[in-house]
Amino acid sequence: MTDKAMPNAVSHLDPETHKPYLDSNELIINMGPQHPATHGVLRVILKLDGEKVLGTECVIGYLHRGVEKIAENRTYTMFNPYVDRMDYVAAISNGLGYCLAVEKLLNVEAPPRANYIRVILTELNRIASHLLWLGTHALDIGAMTPLFYTFRDREEILKIFEKYCGARLTTHAFRIGGLQYETYAGFEKDVKNFLALLPPKIDEYEALLTGNRIWIERTKNVGVISGKDCIALGVTGPLLRASGVKWDLRKAQPYSGYSDFDFEIPIGQNGDTYDRYIVRMLEMRQSLRIIEQAVNGIPEGAIMAKVPKVIKPPVGEIYQSIEAPKGELGYFIVSDGSTQPYRVRVRPPSFVNLQALDLMVEGMLVADVVAVIGTIDIVLGEVDR
Amino acid sequence: MAEDVQKPASSASPKGEDKPTTGKTGTPTPEAEVKSGTAAAKPAAPAAPTAPKPVAGAAGAAKAAAPAKPAAPVPIPWSSPMVEKYKRQYGSGLEALSYLGQNYLNVDRTLLPDFLRLMRNEEEFDYCVDITAVHYPKREKQFDIVWILYSFPRNERIRVKTQIKDGESIPSAVSIWPTADWLEREVYDMFGIVFEGHPNLKRILLPDGWQGYPLRKDYDILKQDKQWVQINLGIESGQ
Repeated sequence: MTDKAMPNAVSHLDPETHKPYLDSNELIINMGPQHPATHGVLRVILKLDGEKVLGTECVIGYLHRGVEKIAENRTYTMFNPYVDRMDYVAAISNGLGYCLAVEKLLNVEAPPRANYIRVILTELNRIASHLLWLGTHALDIGAMTPLFYTFRDREEILKIFEKYCGARLTTHAFRIGGLQYETYAGFEKDVKNFLALLPPKIDEYEALLTGNRIWIERTKNVGVISGKDCIALGVTGPLLRASGVKWDLRKAQPYSGYSDFDFEIPIGQNGDTYDRYIVRMLEMRQSLRIIEQAVNGIPEGAIMAKVPKVIKPPVGEIYQSIEAPKGELGYFIVSDGSTQPYRVRVRPPSFVNLQALDLMVEGMLVADVVAVIGTIDIVLGEVDR
Repeated sequence: MAEDVQKPASSASPKGEDKPTTGKTGTPTPEAEVKSGTAAAKPAAPAAPTAPKPVAGAAGAAKAAAPAKPAAPVPIPWSSPMVEKYKRQYGSGLEALSYLGQNYLNVDRTLLPDFLRLMRNEEEFDYCVDITAVHYPKREKQFDIVWILYSFPRNERIRVKTQIKDGESIPSAVSIWPTADWLEREVYDMFGIVFEGHPNLKRILLPDGWQGYPLRKDYDILKQDKQWVQINLGIESGQ
């Protein structure tokens, strides 16, 4: 404390604004990049007044691998597995977005059977992503039990993936034009077993958290963002819906046969951490609904459209986006008519959503920053690409 | 342009798609967008073999253009009340095209940022999905800057594109869409394009001392070794 700021013991308030002099308490600290609550290598520079956050600055790029540059040096087919490494907890969504984009560029469509299987796997992956989010987010806030429960149940999804394509995380499940693998014997039974298994488990998580006083105290009115701010900042996915904007790309601009299925878009009102939690819990139930309809109606037929062995899309550029678990995931691909994409731009939901962090934590406590980073649900592999 | 419009017909997308109609009648955008969305949802017909036979004449032209493959779809002119309005206002500075059912506007650099502001305020494109660039080193105007916009009220997507020379700057859109902040920083980081009026234009993904702009076409992929790994970390990279 300087003499100037505190000439005597009583006048620590600014005589004009009646606010405390900030100089004495203002502190700049680094949170991360190696911090367990940042879910990867995110560094947040916090400007603090005691426990209160005055401002933040995100430093990202620690995991930058130059995916977009790599794409320019690979063929369309070769780049397909790379997209799994961006949002690695929802690899199937990444793959779906990329395959749809290249299919659009080639002007082909996957056959209906492939679409249905794609939808089943993508929605399973959405649930897996939300389960992982729930476990780690609750752990950050101090509830340890849900982590064990969610990882136990996520395992069932990963087992289905493993049986289907041999991989659990970076699955590379889809191919341009459809699927490489037919479903294994017993696929439908496994999926139906999972459909029966999960709803009571979701009840279990909700029993642990939804009415829990500590959980409510830590999440209600924390990290509030309005629907208007969400749109201005380009925030999409569960964050946007929790702020009361009823918008889901699966409904707004359906792709991959989503218009065949009946489901709701859950929304919140307050745009706080608690609402985002509720929205994601409801989304899991809606995903189950979609899977149930899809698995009961898988049509017969081919799983691969007629796609040339060597993929050479005509000259042109397209943008194709999907509703990934974290928001709008888009691919902007420019083709020069060769076997390699001229330019691939990935529009990652995590990257854009993370931009809202500053607005959401301003005036909150340091402990809330942890809660808000958790609720944005970022994956640094996707932020940095 | 009439030839161009006919070409896609011969190429035969599995379902004929909606391109030729959009070209001739100038379907308003929302419809085109919705159409392309639902088209993907419907069961796809088996590809090429069932393709409708092209009109005579168009087939020959298409074959000559691309003998190896069925003729490629080409961008076709696109028109809507919105486009007409701005064409009257800006004349040749504006070109509206549509490719595979996706609409975009080529806009002259001098119309920015006013045109972007109009898109948001007048045309309700309230969500800036993405800002990116594409490098064409052989062109005089080397860079394409692309704004991908979406309108919540209209459920419509559009792309605004402009071309600039190397070294030329572009006005920042941060005051129009706050989300442009990080997106523009990334374009700066990867292409070295300066956005005038950006509040904090510095590298975002790469370290501050990085040399060069990786997504430019003349940036060799091995340059990273020479420029960064060896100099800064003092190790051989093994590439």
